[in-house]
Amino acid sequence: MAENFYLDNPDLRFRMEGAALSAIVDLKEKGYSTAAKYANAPRNYADAQDNWRLILGILGDICANVIAPRAAEADEEGAVFHNGEVDYAAATQAAIEAFKKSEILGAMLPWEYGGLNLPETVYQAMVEMVSRAEGGLMTIFGLQEIASTISEFGDDEMKARVLPRFARGEVFGAMVLTEPDAGSDLGAVQTKASLDEATGKWKLNGVKRFITNGNAHIHLVLARSEEGSKDARGLSMFLVERDKSVKIRRIENKLGIHSSPTCELQYTDTPALLVGKRRFGLMRCAMALMNGARLAVAAQALGISEAAYREALRYAGERLQFGKPVSTLPAVSRMLISMKGEIEAARALIFETSCQVDALKAYEAKQEELAAAGAPLDPAVVARKKRASNLADMLTPMSKYYATEMGNRVCYKGMQIHGGVGYMREFNAERHYRDVRITNIYEGTSQLQVVAALGKMVGRGLDVLIDEWEALDYGSALAPVRAELSELTALFRKCCDELKDKDRELIDYFGTDLVEMGCVVVNSWLLLRDAITLERKRELVRAYTAEHLPRARGLASAILAGEMLSGPSREAILA
Amino acid sequence: MPYKSVVLIKQVPDTHNITGKVMTDEGTIDRAALPAIFNPEDLNALEMALEVRERHGGTVTVLTMGPPSAAEILRESLYRGADGAVLLSDRRFAGADTLATSYALALAVRKLGAFDLVFCGRQAIDGDTAQVGPQTAEKLGIPQITYAECVLALEGGTIVVKRALDHGTETVECSLPCLLTVVSSANEPRPASVRRRIANKLAATSMEYKALLAKWPEFGSEEALDAFLTERKLKIPVWTAAELGAEEAKLGLAGSPTQVYKVNFVVLESAESRDVPPTREGMAALVDELMREYIVG
Ligand SMILES: Cc1cc2nc3c(=O)[nH]c(=O)nc-3n(C[C@H](O)[C@H](O)[C@H](O)COP(=O)(O)OP(=O)(O)OC[C@H]3O[C@@H](n4cnc5c(N)ncnc54)[C@H](O)[C@@H]3O)c2cc1C
Repeated sequence: MAENFYLDNPDLRFRMEGAALSAIVDLKEKGYSTAAKYANAPRNYADAQDNWRLILGILGDICANVIAPRAAEADEEGAVFHNGEVDYAAATQAAIEAFKKSEILGAMLPWEYGGLNLPETVYQAMVEMVSRAEGGLMTIFGLQEIASTISEFGDDEMKARVLPRFARGEVFGAMVLTEPDAGSDLGAVQTKASLDEATGKWKLNGVKRFITNGNAHIHLVLARSEEGSKDARGLSMFLVERDKSVKIRRIENKLGIHSSPTCELQYTDTPALLVGKRRFGLMRCAMALMNGARLAVAAQALGISEAAYREALRYAGERLQFGKPVSTLPAVSRMLISMKGEIEAARALIFETSCQVDALKAYEAKQEELAAAGAPLDPAVVARKKRASNLADMLTPMSKYYATEMGNRVCYKGMQIHGGVGYMREFNAERHYRDVRITNIYEGTSQLQVVAALGKMVGRGLDVLIDEWEALDYGSALAPVRAELSELTALFRKCCDELKDKDRELIDYFGTDLVEMGCVVVNSWLLLRDAITLERKRELVRAYTAEHLPRARGLASAILAGEMLSGPSREAILA
Repeated sequence: MPYKSVVLIKQVPDTHNITGKVMTDEGTIDRAALPAIFNPEDLNALEMALEVRERHGGTVTVLTMGPPSAAEILRESLYRGADGAVLLSDRRFAGADTLATSYALALAVRKLGAFDLVFCGRQAIDGDTAQVGPQTAEKLGIPQITYAECVLALEGGTIVVKRALDHGTETVECSLPCLLTVVSSANEPRPASVRRRIANKLAATSMEYKALLAKWPEFGSEEALDAFLTERKLKIPVWTAAELGAEEAKLGLAGSPTQVYKVNFVVLESAESRDVPPTREGMAALVDELMREYIVG
């Protein structure tokens, strides 16, 4: 059978088939009334699921047969800068062409703009497959988030003008936030947006740095619209259609994702349109944009890990030392098992998260629809939206944190399993190792993800989920794992309570430990839940918990001891 | 100006991926054991027709003669962009050689109405005769351009085509309507479009309604399904011999003068082997010899 990155991945298929989206798709398709109007709209949930299979199958084919075979070439050639423009590598161009021809772009956009109205969950599965094929390409494919943000915050005229072009693959987007002095601290953005009161038109001036795909036609630019303001409340989001006033000054020379151009941009009196409300650029628009993009980067790390794991598994089975395949050596097989466990854990976490994001969006839209019709607020809708919102807020940075850190661990082990050849350019392990490294840096570093998840986590925000999972019947075979997990969960709650009322400094000091622990708790429950219905997951959850629960207990000890190095001690050590 | 194109396609056993189990003891192919695929060069023909439509406008209709299961490649054509599809299926078509096949296809092309261009693949991988295209053109009484690699120009009633021949290329000009047989180097067939894949996934002939209902019970009855497919223009028409107004004697086995007399199972074995010194001179001598024997060159 021809290779296919969807069909050859039972875990990804299991997740897709099991995604609990029936109520959400019903809302998105307005009780399936959209089917009468749009030829591609599903008639019912089974029809929607069938469409997802088709879409993922087509993309899986393109990924395996068009993109992956030229991934090393795309990395080697890379994007190049010349004459003020960016040229993609030939392999990258071929991949973009395949996306266009297969009409797979704009899949998340609403029907009226030529999209396929797909849930975020399906989109993240797509991102994972593209990243498995070529890590850098994901930044081009994944920037469809830009279109989603315009769809969410733009006015009708803007949407009608821009979105169909995204859906046809005629334009791509760039997300333009970072500046030399505003990285993690985006509130410090200085690019200036000035309003000509007479014409009502905005112009942008300033320099942006590290902009992925800054050569794209549509830019969403975060800029300071309120003169004299110093913080996030003075920032607004703008849409720019790139013209001569936008200069690409250079592209970066970097460790990995070579096919993805990272541009330095200069805006000089660039005409711009306000997106969403003034002053809400960072707090609403950029946050929404980043939340989507964070999940996509999590899926990117997952995809690269999947590729790295498969390479390592194959190599370890073929490489003979001491008269047998190295995969049979305990040290190597443990690495492989650890990789597989973490990959499936990350996939479970990402899917759980994207389902919450889908729920949030669907209930939000429902609430707006009710409000627009002048109908009273439906308390059930409000409650569901609130719940999904709380969970999405916490699970998104957890997913980004966990998947990208685990991606680095997996690609590290992937290279390790290859031994010396893994260090060589000829082997994909080397590329995966370099490509995955960006994932825990951009879209907010891991440290920033911890900050984002921490507040709600110490406030016991995960309880609503964990309570549900604890109440399930896991049967006798899983009882020991379940008991150990319940114990760890109690310990995790104790840590949350312990930190809750402490100084921010202390909370931040132990933040990474707590979030790490939270991820292990959530992942373990998710895998355990899978094991109820899926035989294959039983051994996996045992292996995963055997590896990670003891470590999480170690983290708990540190948190509960609460011994934070004092300022002077820290200084003394670093002196 | 828009052009009406018809593409003749065939479902074939995937002879490029033959595994041990597929050959019978007599050396023939057990078709049932091979996956049925879209004849590769017919995909090139479809791609060329779609490109003509993209550049000049018009329509692309695909036509195949085959068993009910051949509807699969008609759907695949719809996924790639064809506007319409017709299946010729009738027991009386069975056993047709290239002559009987081209007779039926020519009648069907006529039945579709006025047309400007007929595209077909150079040859099918199960027979490798390359005869059906030329014979169909003869029966339609139109000129043919075989081995078409590239449409260089298309204006009014004239087409200019580059032909790929063994020792080079040839550029020919021809009046419309005409028939082209397309080679694999002509283009890279596009992948299925996701949007068209979804929109056309229910496209079916009435012979497939039962299977479709089993998968989508919500339609309730064949009548309801038929009404839905008809309304959405997803019903693939099936034309029988009677509907083509065909003469029985020219169809299928009866209309096929070609009979397979005997199939020889050829096993290539090396009779003798020779060592060639791995030197520049040794290689040169080998190449010279191969050229002298007309094995290469
Ligand atoms: C290849 C690449 C592509 C990129 N693409 C884009 C893009 O398309 N659009 C865009 O807008 N930006 C993009 N970026 C920028 C990227 O998002 C930032 O680099 C990233 O958010 C970190 O900011 P910084 O580099 O300024 O690091 P800094 O903010 O200077 O961070 C330095 C260190 O301090 C830590 N730190 C900072 N603040 C905190 C805190 N509050 N708590 C704990 N630790 C903290 C960080 O974790 C890090 O370890 C890209 C960057 C790269 C390298």
